Amino acid sequence: MSLHATHRDAGHVTVVDLSGRITLGDGSALLRTTIRGLLGEQRKLILLNLADVDYIDSSGIGELVSGYTAVKNQSGDLKLLHLTKKVRDLLQITKLYTVFDVFTDEGAALRSFT
Amino acid sequence: MASDTKHLEMTLETQVESVNLAEEMCLRVAEAAGFGEDDCYRIGMSVREGVINAFHYGNQERPEKKIHLAVDLTADKMIIHVLDEGAGFKLIDVPDPLAEENLLSTSGRGIFLMRAFMDEFDVVSGRTGGAEIVMSKKLPAPGSASANGQGGHNATPQQEA
Repeated sequence: MSLHATHRDAGHVTVVDLSGRITLGDGSALLRTTIRGLLGEQRKLILLNLADVDYIDSSGIGELVSGYTAVKNQSGDLKLLHLTKKVRDLLQITKLYTVFDVFTDEGAALRSFT
Repeated sequence: MASDTKHLEMTLETQVESVNLAEEMCLRVAEAAGFGEDDCYRIGMSVREGVINAFHYGNQERPEKKIHLAVDLTADKMIIHVLDEGAGFKLIDVPDPLAEENLLSTSGRGIFLMRAFMDEFDVVSGRTGGAEIVMSKKLPAPGSASANGQGGHNATPQQEA
């Protein structure tokens, strides 16, 4: 299953709803263009909703980190919402769970951007 | 090779599609061998990472080079070989992705994931002069929780010491 991405405004935060696999090739590329596109529109507060992302490989992890760094470099913030068990386990063993702000509740995630 | 060992091999093009192809082939073998869902996930991920490594680092994404994938199914384990046609590398030269200075690196986690997800992992010099990743996972005992089930007590990948 390839990756799909849509985004919506929630106040001053942009929520990106992702579904599918973030893997080498189209999945990683779509995540990259989505985040770079939002930054190009000066949308620098980004919440990635990963509720329907059931698979990420090392290329996808790299793209998450790349997006995080790109947003931070523009004085923005990128946070994660609704990790599936596989994705959470991957972020834990790679120690990235301590790098990203991760939320299980969208309201709480949105309020954290203030 | 022992007579009861089943051997499968394929030569893959150096292209992104080969990653999915290799994963799917090995997943079918793993499922047929009786691995549970969680172990199949780990095996599939490890094969992906091995072929990504060969595609990107070994063969430098050069289409004239090939990736050689082989699977041996012995009486007690599934062994996977991924051989590239690159210059080879030594594990000792691979940076630790968990080191503080590497945490925000956008690459370099593939080897770590293969080590974490498989029971045995090594990189040797291949017959083509490139790197050969050799990794294996023990077959589940018949009737165990990890055989065609949810993976038993080891369902969550454990970080290496």
